[in-house]
Amino acid sequence: MRFSDIIRYTWHALSRHRLRTTLMLIAMMIGVAAIIVLTSLGEGARRYVLNEFSSLGTNLIIVIPGKTETTGGVPPMFVGETPRDLTTADANALNRISSVKRVAPVVVGSAAISWDGRERETAIFGSSHSLLKLRHWTLSMGTFLPDTDYDRASAVCIIGATIQRELFGTSNPIGKWLRIGEHRFRVIGVLASKGRSIGIDVQEIAIIPVASAQSLFNTPSLFRILVETSSRDTIHYVQTQITRIIAARHQGEEDVTIITQDAVLSTFDKILSALTYTVAGIAAISLVVAGILIMNIMLISVSQRTAEIGLLKALGATQHKITLLFLSEAMMLSVLGAILGLATGALANVVLTNIYPDFPVTAPLWSLIGAVTVAVLTGLVFGAMPAKRAAQLNPIEALAHK
Amino acid sequence: MIELQAIQRDFNVGDQTIHALQQINLTISQGEYVSIMGPSGSGKSTLLNVIGLLDRPSSGTYTLDQAEITALSDDERADIRQHKIGFIFQFFQLLPRLTAQENVELPMLLAGTAPFVRQQRARKVLQSLDILDRAGHRPDQLSGGQQQRVAIARATVMQPKVILADEPTGNLDRHSGREVIRILERLNGEGMSLIVVTHDPEVGQRAKRHIRMIDGKITHSD
Ligand SMILES: Nc1ncnc2c1ncn2[C@@H]1O[C@H](COP(=O)(O)OP(=O)(O)O)[C@@H](O)[C@H]1O
Ligand SMILES: [Mg+2]
Repeated sequence: MRFSDIIRYTWHALSRHRLRTTLMLIAMMIGVAAIIVLTSLGEGARRYVLNEFSSLGTNLIIVIPGKTETTGGVPPMFVGETPRDLTTADANALNRISSVKRVAPVVVGSAAISWDGRERETAIFGSSHSLLKLRHWTLSMGTFLPDTDYDRASAVCIIGATIQRELFGTSNPIGKWLRIGEHRFRVIGVLASKGRSIGIDVQEIAIIPVASAQSLFNTPSLFRILVETSSRDTIHYVQTQITRIIAARHQGEEDVTIITQDAVLSTFDKILSALTYTVAGIAAISLVVAGILIMNIMLISVSQRTAEIGLLKALGATQHKITLLFLSEAMMLSVLGAILGLATGALANVVLTNIYPDFPVTAPLWSLIGAVTVAVLTGLVFGAMPAKRAAQLNPIEALAHK
Repeated sequence: MIELQAIQRDFNVGDQTIHALQQINLTISQGEYVSIMGPSGSGKSTLLNVIGLLDRPSSGTYTLDQAEITALSDDERADIRQHKIGFIFQFFQLLPRLTAQENVELPMLLAGTAPFVRQQRARKVLQSLDILDRAGHRPDQLSGGQQQRVAIARATVMQPKVILADEPTGNLDRHSGREVIRILERLNGEGMSLIVVTHDPEVGQRAKRHIRMIDGKITHSD
């Protein structure tokens, strides 16, 4: 038998049962589309989170007050307990480690910011000159915090683009004195509007010197110390140095948690990859269900077409040829279903991309190949039994079948 | 050409054994025209199925064209059916979803014949049976006589050595039945052996050789 004839013959047989064939194709299509959309979302979440963490900076080490057991699992990002405070003196000490490129102490709080009668509640960052470069931020106008001792307060601030717009409208904010809480600050710079990372929208913050923030919020302690190492290779060395130095400064207690950007990235990478694989696996189960449907439909088809099978045998069809005909019917269902599923999945991804433009919805190649492979294998495996049954029919009894 | 020796065909139904064919010895030469008659259940169809390689005898030897058949594999038997045997059935056995021409092409499709060759040959056979004008019709658009003619076209398109017809007129009116028999006789005249199983004495008498069966045995053979 010729390949094109097998396809035509099979197509002919399938198209006689439009409803049945359509429902079958839809079942297959949903399975394949589900794998593609779910893995795309999983992969999108992975890329999104990795992007967010990458955009924090390069070769970053984050020092957080308080010791938390970090044996596996997600590092604590926002732990609140503070057994012993981190101070600007600690930050100064870390600055002296060789291979450390930049250090930025960070104090975070919230305060009302106002100018000329307009007021809003704003996240306030207290930090240092090095924060701008460490976080890969840029300014749209003015200058950043001056390069001074951490302990030196000064009444200057840098504001985000949204703050600029809401307080100053179109007028130039540089040199203007605004009020943050009870204190007055002179605007010296505006952050460029691009960029957001881990829930912080740089357009909606104001940055003041760390000492000013400590007095504003009336606290001697730091929220974080951010450390950038000179290269990727020195991260580990710097990390051990930080541990040693902080312990020495804190009466021998290792009461800080040190997170490296690399570790966070790889942890999230692992978790979200695992999540994606799990979701793909669950969706693949729907393909197996579709496979069982195929088997069911093929068994019905074999019993409805018993006389036809008898005739084919009388006309000289070998068992092999009958198997081929019925297997190709199952394969056609699964392959067409898979193609429809690919198209539907792609379409769903386009729709999702339009709804969430910031979210990178792209089907990973392995899921496309995997979904189609599983679909085709399903057709093969679940089509095999009905095809074999057809091939083994007794031709005389089959011909007598009504 | 066909040589049956001591053919036995037993069916086990429950704990009972039915001897559908008993000690059948029969020789049919190439080009013969044979009718097989006998009461219902006497084994006529079973004999035809054994000759047509659809059924295997329980014992005995069957030689077709000097080749011993009983030892052949399923695939080898299918191959012989494809090239040497044409079946005609009482209920035509046309595939309802295919047109007359596609039904005629079916044996060639299974044999892997090129589509162009296939179409040419199918149309030629349909023309010789005078139903080319119905080539594009589906079986449900054809009369019984026309359907049987399509079935004959399908049975002969591979140019078999023998045509086996089991009650070919059993489902036709008198007129169509006669026409079908005339066509079969014409094909016999062209050299194909023709074996017809029938109830109808008129049809049976037309054959040049008459075989009578009762209870699985041949009781008369010219
Ligand atoms: N598959 C079968 N199983 C059991 N008995 C069968 C089978 N086929 C035929 N027989 C029996 O064999 C005998 C001959 O049947 P058959 O050849 O069909 O008779 P005929 O065609 O002459 O009417 C009958 O008694 C029938 O019941
Ligand atoms: Mg019979």
